[in-house]
Amino acid sequence: MPTVEMTVNGKRASAQVEGRTLLVQFLREKLGLTGTHIGCDTSQCGACVVHIDGRAVKSCTMLAVQANGASVMTIEGLANGEKLHPMQEAFRDNHGLQCGFCTPGMVMTAIDLVKNNPAPSEEEIRHGLEGNICRCTGYHNIVKAVKAGAAAMKG
Amino acid sequence: MHDFGYHRPASAADAAGLLAGKNEAKIVAGGMTLIPTLKQRLAQPSDLIDLGGIAELKGIKVESGGITIGAMTTHADVERSTDVRKTIPALAVLASGIGDPLVRNRGTMGGSVANSDPAADYPAAVLGLGATVRTNKREIKADDFFKGMFETALQDGEIITAIHFPKPEKAGYSKFANPASRYAIVGVFVARTSGGIRVAVTGAGPCAYRSKELEGALSANFTPDAVKAVKLSADGLNSDLHATAEYRAHLISVMASRAVAAAS
Ligand SMILES: Cc1cc2nc3c(=O)[nH]c(=O)nc-3n(C[C@H](O)[C@H](O)[C@H](O)COP(=O)(O)OP(=O)(O)OC[C@H]3O[C@@H](n4cnc5c(N)ncnc54)[C@H](O)[C@@H]3O)c2cc1C
Ligand code: FES
Ligand code: FES
Repeated sequence: MPTVEMTVNGKRASAQVEGRTLLVQFLREKLGLTGTHIGCDTSQCGACVVHIDGRAVKSCTMLAVQANGASVMTIEGLANGEKLHPMQEAFRDNHGLQCGFCTPGMVMTAIDLVKNNPAPSEEEIRHGLEGNICRCTGYHNIVKAVKAGAAAMKG
Repeated sequence: MHDFGYHRPASAADAAGLLAGKNEAKIVAGGMTLIPTLKQRLAQPSDLIDLGGIAELKGIKVESGGITIGAMTTHADVERSTDVRKTIPALAVLASGIGDPLVRNRGTMGGSVANSDPAADYPAAVLGLGATVRTNKREIKADDFFKGMFETALQDGEIITAIHFPKPEKAGYSKFANPASRYAIVGVFVARTSGGIRVAVTGAGPCAYRSKELEGALSANFTPDAVKAVKLSADGLNSDLHATAEYRAHLISVMASRAVAAAS
């Protein structure tokens, strides 16, 4: 079995995996980082989004071996101790979640979106969240949260 | 998903050697099509050859009257490239509408073109711009490349290394996207080139194809109205739960007129 080694949320992580082990399985089952969710089996919902070398990707559609040597950030790596990341805080303040299942993926996608476009319009936010599905909120407050999070990340 | 051997070669030559040496090996690029296929057990390769570690397959170069894009260049890199935006803006627009940002961060030009999905976007640009597909063995003209549904001129063990797009005088792309997947129900790429007008249609047939009727109409008059008026036959077009063949035939004219209106 191949051995993979990567940096996850700033810490070194290494384990033996099968070739077919998905990155999301590696994170959840080997490292116990269950903040990254699995919402579908079809690469469509975005509940599993993490950052690989700073880019948001669907960790259910990537093999753990493909992340060998990479720097991975999950939802667990965002907060600074007790202090939430401004995007997490914005989701809380704007009621951007109900059941919370889609939220880790939404937050990770939103942070990548803002990195590439620091002041996105409502339309740009909706286009940027096309790969993330929410069954609860109707998206309205998620869009509001991302807008507020973008402003907070600047300041 | 069945298990497989995993290999990450550092050069295209090593990748070709690995492909030739294994009995049921498959290339993985961005994995955005292949990994979902493996999950559904629709493919069971003995080995996966990952092109992700091959630097020579990545990158965008402005070159002899056009632009050359490495096979492993992601959709996001094409979308954001200032060279692409300057040289062939329609290609950047097309890339920015593929799937969603997460798909665009992994999916590659080579993977999309090699796959020849009937509803994929890039094949329309490759054909519409009269691009050249470069492989580890030869160069293939776009007109000879797309053979059918998930079928191309690529031979076993042949690897796309890059695609060269000549700069058109003007080009535009418009697609009517499936609202869930963003794949094209119909997408039309139009280009005015030194060699004439080219119109490529995706989503409507078994693979991307050129429309002689629309090319004729635009050669006479390169305006949105010239193609809007063209009534196309629905014979041989796809019909599925998303759209009937008749509806697709209608959409082709509409998307073509929008692509002409957007052309720059
Ligand atoms: C949710 C979702 C939405 C999508 N929406 C769209 C859309 O709107 N429009 C669109 O066009 N596409 C869409 N796609 C597909 C996406 O663009 C894929 O990235 C693309 O089709 C395949 O590229 P890849 O790099 O991921 O290839 P992979 O999945 O890694 O490979 C695909 C196939 O090509 C072969 N291959 C890969 N690279 C090469 C090469 N260099 N030489 C020879 N063979 C090679 C592989 O062996 C495999 O058979 C979507 C995908 C998903 C998951
Ligand atoms: S679990 Fe990854 S996209 Fe749904
Ligand atoms: S808050 Fe429940 S799925 Fe989005």
